Amino acid sequence: MKPITQITNTTIPLMKDNIDTDQLIPKQFLKNILKTGYGRNLFYDWRYLANGAKNPDFILNQDKYQGASILITGDNFGCGSSREHAVWALKNYGFEVVIAGGYSDIFYMNSTKNGLLAITLPKDQREILANISANEEITVDLPNQEVRYKDHKFTFEIDPLWKHKFVNGLDDVAITMGYDEQISQYEANMPNFN
Amino acid sequence: MSQTMFDKIWDKHVITGKVGDPQLMYVDLQLLHEVTSPQAFEGLRENNRKVRCPDRNFATMDHNVPTIDIFNIKDVISRNQIDTLGKNAKEFGVRLAGMGSEDQGIVHVIGPQLGLTQPGMIIVCGDSHTATHGAFGSIAFGIGTSEVEHVLATQTIWQTKPKTMGIHIHGKLPKGIFAKDIIMGIIAREGVAFGTGYAVEYYGDTISNMNMEERMTICNMSIEGGAKMGSIQPDQTTFDYVKGRKYAPKKIDQAIEYWKQFKTDDESAFDKIIDFDVSDLAPFVSWGTNPGMSVPVDKPFPEIKNADDKKAYDYIGLQPGQTAKQIPIGYVFFGSCTNGRLSDLKIAANALKGHHIAKGVTALVVPGSREVKEQAEKLGIDQIFKDAGCDWREPGCSACLGMNPDQVPAGVHCASTSNRNFEGRQGAGARTHLASPAMVAAAAVHGHFIDIRKEAI
Repeated sequence: MKPITQITNTTIPLMKDNIDTDQLIPKQFLKNILKTGYGRNLFYDWRYLANGAKNPDFILNQDKYQGASILITGDNFGCGSSREHAVWALKNYGFEVVIAGGYSDIFYMNSTKNGLLAITLPKDQREILANISANEEITVDLPNQEVRYKDHKFTFEIDPLWKHKFVNGLDDVAITMGYDEQISQYEANMPNFN
Repeated sequence: MSQTMFDKIWDKHVITGKVGDPQLMYVDLQLLHEVTSPQAFEGLRENNRKVRCPDRNFATMDHNVPTIDIFNIKDVISRNQIDTLGKNAKEFGVRLAGMGSEDQGIVHVIGPQLGLTQPGMIIVCGDSHTATHGAFGSIAFGIGTSEVEHVLATQTIWQTKPKTMGIHIHGKLPKGIFAKDIIMGIIAREGVAFGTGYAVEYYGDTISNMNMEERMTICNMSIEGGAKMGSIQPDQTTFDYVKGRKYAPKKIDQAIEYWKQFKTDDESAFDKIIDFDVSDLAPFVSWGTNPGMSVPVDKPFPEIKNADDKKAYDYIGLQPGQTAKQIPIGYVFFGSCTNGRLSDLKIAANALKGHHIAKGVTALVVPGSREVKEQAEKLGIDQIFKDAGCDWREPGCSACLGMNPDQVPAGVHCASTSNRNFEGRQGAGARTHLASPAMVAAAAVHGHFIDIRKEAI
């Protein structure tokens, strides 16, 4: 995982609540056995028309929003199916940060495994960020737990362990293997009814 | 201090860490399926890692599998995913209920059916409906593929302990009202995110009087209310169900004695309590594009309150003020990890007996597992469905999410016993209406929903 400290970039506002993972990446794209190639199908049903052409009304397709890597969105983001493909699709597309009112628990855990920084901010602060121009940049500063835009400075919470992993780009499995002795000890003391 | 069942199971599984921080938890059982596991096995291979405890993992194919001609998968990408699970299971020594095996079926149907699911366990699966297994008094939740890989490699998972919520469900279920209506009613009242950050426990006389399959239906849809864990404390009903199953503990009496400790001391142990009286509950039908957008069958669809409601009405092709009786049903789906068990099929078949589905309606019956299918056939339930004009299929997830060829055509309204009515869930442009198996059976016969409490099918 690539370490994340500070990200400065433009934003895409999609202020809808309850965006489920079926919308982030529909089922027909879950059949792959790789972790790559999902970005072009992110928000598929909203992004493309029935004939396969890009829907010009959908914000991701508008020229002025190309290259933005920070998504500003509503409450309960990533609800529904546990598919990690939703996080892979956001990352593959180029998103580095999501700023929402809240996340489903499973989506949030998936984001921590893939270096997608999922930040929670209250609605009034997100409204400010959702109404800036497409060419204006904001800064997400993970070590200081701040989102900065012009004179605004919004602080956010993040669990210290997840923060440590993001900032250092650590792999979970390698960390846990360091606990091998404790795991073996736990196993030795488990009840066995067979 | 009094503790919940959840607290007690949690405490027994902590390897390291303190409450409030992510804690390293031991996982008793991981269930695997073909869609969310290939990248996890690939990760092991890339890092030259093994599966730590092959005996604590069990795999099957369900999401992609066709429900006719199962050994002839025409979609090459689906076939590759299914073949990949077969190869991975073999290479890493994980037990597999493969295509056509007598144990194959939807992971959340076969876990309990095989006795793999047991009280007091921590159970995970790369699927959000894993909460189903909580019906046995376990902590069960859906995880992502990176976590699947982590569990394969270490048999543990990092989790931050959630808060606990008790949902007190009480009262006698009226005629024509089922477990599905209870959970849909709770979500309609409380919203699709009320359970986020909580481990839910369902309790009360209504729950105690339920059989295991009804309890599974309730726990299954916890995630639709935002709770990734939903459970019910184990009792004699639970123990009787587990006893004698293929992978149940051999020293079952000792196991039952051990399981009896997993009980909530008293209500004060919960961080939050919700009360739900079922005595006047009506059958629920979803009108919109999330499971919270549901109403009692005799109530009009709500006014448009925000942009999300507007978008939902536009997608579903209905209007505020209409009722479920006015939804023109063109497709019917019986199945899924919510309502694809034998008792669900029995209820639907009882309702359909002596009737024929309405003209122009396509009805699919997909048993939750091969065992459910075979038991149903032994009882002649398949014949009732067939006589009514339904298509009797092979087991799998099927049209609940349409990863296989079973999809609802665009613009068609589908009465479905499944769990999600998201845009495009059952097929691009498909319009899903969630309801109980009895309500869906009635809708199949009439071509629209009816109030099964008041009207004869």
